[in-house]
Amino acid sequence: MSVASYPYQFDSRKVRSEFFRLLPISFFVVAFGAAFGLAAIQEGLTPLQSILMSTTVFAGASQFAAVDIWGADVSVLPLIAVVFAINSRHLLMGASLYPMLREVSPGRRYALLLLLTDANWAVSAQDYQNGRRNLEVIIGGGLVLWLAWIVGTALGVYFGGLLQNPKAFGLDMVLGCFLLAMALGGNKSPRVLVAWCVSGAASLAAWKWLPPNMHVVVGAIAGGLVGLFWLEHKTEVADNQREVSGDH
Amino acid sequence: MTIETTTLGVLALITIMTVVTLITRFGGVFVMSFVRINPRVESFINTMASSVLIAIIVPMAVGGDLGALAALVATAVSLLVFHKPLPAIAIGLLAAATVRYLL
Repeated sequence: MSVASYPYQFDSRKVRSEFFRLLPISFFVVAFGAAFGLAAIQEGLTPLQSILMSTTVFAGASQFAAVDIWGADVSVLPLIAVVFAINSRHLLMGASLYPMLREVSPGRRYALLLLLTDANWAVSAQDYQNGRRNLEVIIGGGLVLWLAWIVGTALGVYFGGLLQNPKAFGLDMVLGCFLLAMALGGNKSPRVLVAWCVSGAASLAAWKWLPPNMHVVVGAIAGGLVGLFWLEHKTEVADNQREVSGDH
Repeated sequence: MTIETTTLGVLALITIMTVVTLITRFGGVFVMSFVRINPRVESFINTMASSVLIAIIVPMAVGGDLGALAALVATAVSLLVFHKPLPAIAIGLLAAATVRYLL
């Protein structure tokens, strides 16, 4: 192996502070987990199986979709397809962290990715755009989100009756509102706003006309293409025109 | 191919889901480790990163009920006014709950 240096310095105090930073949102994740636990029990999983699934899979939307196709038998290929499609956004999320992750040794890099999920990634990506390097939130924030997801699932399977209708409390919107708040708190240059419009339009088109669950990846890549052709510190007019013609 | 949901079958299904999800968590970083990072690639992934959020939210706003739309609008407005994410999210959830209660 060639000599490689991995200069990223993890700050354990920061890992702890990021744990507490995401603690408030984790209370909502507990409620969302409880809704999953209840759904899993109703589809015939045992309490232990439901908790095991939340512990090892740790990807809420795909778990809801999986128990939705649960029955006496489960078809393997559709299960793989739906889980992969819903979670394919992780591919892009991980890739976007690479400029920081390449400064971390491969062992730690992949260990940290075990805890990658929407909320802690959104915080890290927002910090990166604002010029702060924050992989600690993936660890500390990921840990509190993971624990909240497991605890929530356990509450749902044993006391699910307490939360029959999480939608009535708006709990299905926790993640959407959180991600929106993160997006609006990030860098809003003209380039980013154009990317948002392209991404939103592409995502909507994919959601309407492509097979289900592909819209996130399609929208994100379409938005990314704006960045590919429109670099930040260049003559923006020329690159902008190239982007517009390249988009059709 | 189908797997029966016996105890062992469920374990197999959970294992499959775990492996597929792990592939998505690791895959993007693994592929990037073969890509030479230049300013253009970096610009692509940075713009893609902020687009992921929009790509998740827009169909949620368009395809959801009025409560979902109210939650997102209320969150956006509160955030732009107060600049604090957590109160904005709480106001968003409250908006969804209120709209759903009234309708």
